[in-house]
Amino acid sequence: MGLLDKQFSDSNIVVAKVDDLINWARLSSIWQLGFGLACCAIEMMAASASSYDFDRFGVMPRNTPRQADAIIISGTVTLKMALRIKRLYEQMPDPKYIISMGSCANCGGPYWDHGYHVLKGVDRVIPVDVYVPGCPPRPEALFEGLLKLQEKIRNESLRKKSA
Amino acid sequence: MALKTEEMILNMGPQHPSTHGVLRLELEIEGELIKNVKPHIGYLHRCFEKHAEAMTYPQVIPYTDRMDYLASMYNNFGYVVAVEKLLGIEVPERVQYIRVIMGELQRIASHQVAIGTYGLDLGAFTPFLYLFRDREKILTLFEETCGARLLYNYMWVGGLSHDIHPDFIRKTKEFVQYFRPNIQEVNNLLTFNKIFIERTANVGILPLDAAINFGMTGPNLRASGLAFDIRKEDPYSIYDRFDFDIPVGKGTVGTVGDCWDRYYVRVLEMEQSLRIIEQALDQIPEGDVQSAIPKRIKPPKGSVYTRVENPRGELGYFIISDGSTSPFRVKVRAPSFVSLSVMGELCKGHLVSDVVAILGSIDIVLGEVDR
Repeated sequence: MGLLDKQFSDSNIVVAKVDDLINWARLSSIWQLGFGLACCAIEMMAASASSYDFDRFGVMPRNTPRQADAIIISGTVTLKMALRIKRLYEQMPDPKYIISMGSCANCGGPYWDHGYHVLKGVDRVIPVDVYVPGCPPRPEALFEGLLKLQEKIRNESLRKKSA
Repeated sequence: MALKTEEMILNMGPQHPSTHGVLRLELEIEGELIKNVKPHIGYLHRCFEKHAEAMTYPQVIPYTDRMDYLASMYNNFGYVVAVEKLLGIEVPERVQYIRVIMGELQRIASHQVAIGTYGLDLGAFTPFLYLFRDREKILTLFEETCGARLLYNYMWVGGLSHDIHPDFIRKTKEFVQYFRPNIQEVNNLLTFNKIFIERTANVGILPLDAAINFGMTGPNLRASGLAFDIRKEDPYSIYDRFDFDIPVGKGTVGTVGDCWDRYYVRVLEMEQSLRIIEQALDQIPEGDVQSAIPKRIKPPKGSVYTRVENPRGELGYFIISDGSTSPFRVKVRAPSFVSLSVMGELCKGHLVSDVVAILGSIDIVLGEVDR
């Protein structure tokens, strides 16, 4: 099936692109910042608990931004919280990814019209990679978002972008 | 010889794994000892009252869902009971029974999260997984009924959004049979675990007089030894028809009103909720759940205050009507907000690591604290 079953008789080399190797390593263990904001955080908890088991995608909550690869913005971002989220994002080491979970984080959601204290979309303070719609999204929807993020990471390149 | 130490201010949160949301606690500490705790709130202020002013009466219901997102059914319940009182309409029997069943299922689901995350805060990971496994079964029941897992918008003024599923009664009975032995499993895993008792017994003791003075309600008050439950004291809906007990804190492993008691009252309440659900399932009558929904909701001028027993305590809705189709004002008396005010009192003299145990034991939801 794979390299492990074959058991080469001699020592061997494998030829692969550095991009593929690094991207494969990155996308297979995305450690998320264990950080819940509102209702969606409960669905995020359900996603990482039994019967959904986020861990099988290599996603594990870390409690400090300095050890995290991704941050899931799970819930309503208020104006008071927006500055803190920006700071948390800045504390994360590169490469870092952002999943915006739920309508509130995407665009303000049900608080669009009269929410005088609600930021209308977290992308106004930090750059978002994947938007997951729903209020709240089901754990399966969050998985779909994560798979999209993995797809995005798979196509990344280390090559310097020509101007 | 007394060791000379310096006072220090330590911020806990808003991003902290055990603050249960976005809460900032300002700890004044001297060495490891807590001098004072000041909660800073407002990180999740979502303008509920402003929305309620701008929406019509039925449109407010989804916003009540999002206040206490662990007990959405119950927030719906409190609001519709208040509006029905304002309108003076009678609700069909079947609707009342379904509301009670849903409310009690929600109470169990909410306590499961409270107990599971409390274990998580204190370093026990397994009970969290076990309880979430069982909570999924309740969420499946809700989902089959109204299509949503977490925020339901299920209870409408005068009725319900959907009737229950034909299999609902059978499946709920199966759930009751399934879950009852699992409470014992939680007790074996966590409640009487030596390490857990060491962390929670005799920590954060809240005497009854202080609990009353701070306006605590729900499990936090009952853990201090007073059997006060709005379902018994001031029955709303049809709660006076059911036979159930009110568990109170007895200081089984420590002092009355400590963290362990607050935790254990919740475990016992799940058992009582199962009893209510069983009785309600046996008595549920046939009928139409949407027959009493008014075509146009335009209450007369006036105001109303109703209170219901939310999983976290007394949830009160104060609604002022100016005679139009949208409320003039909706003020919510949120149990979590009141419970949070007791933090400073409870933490004084304890160690920094006990703050986590105390905060988890009063079981707050930040969506409801800030609204």
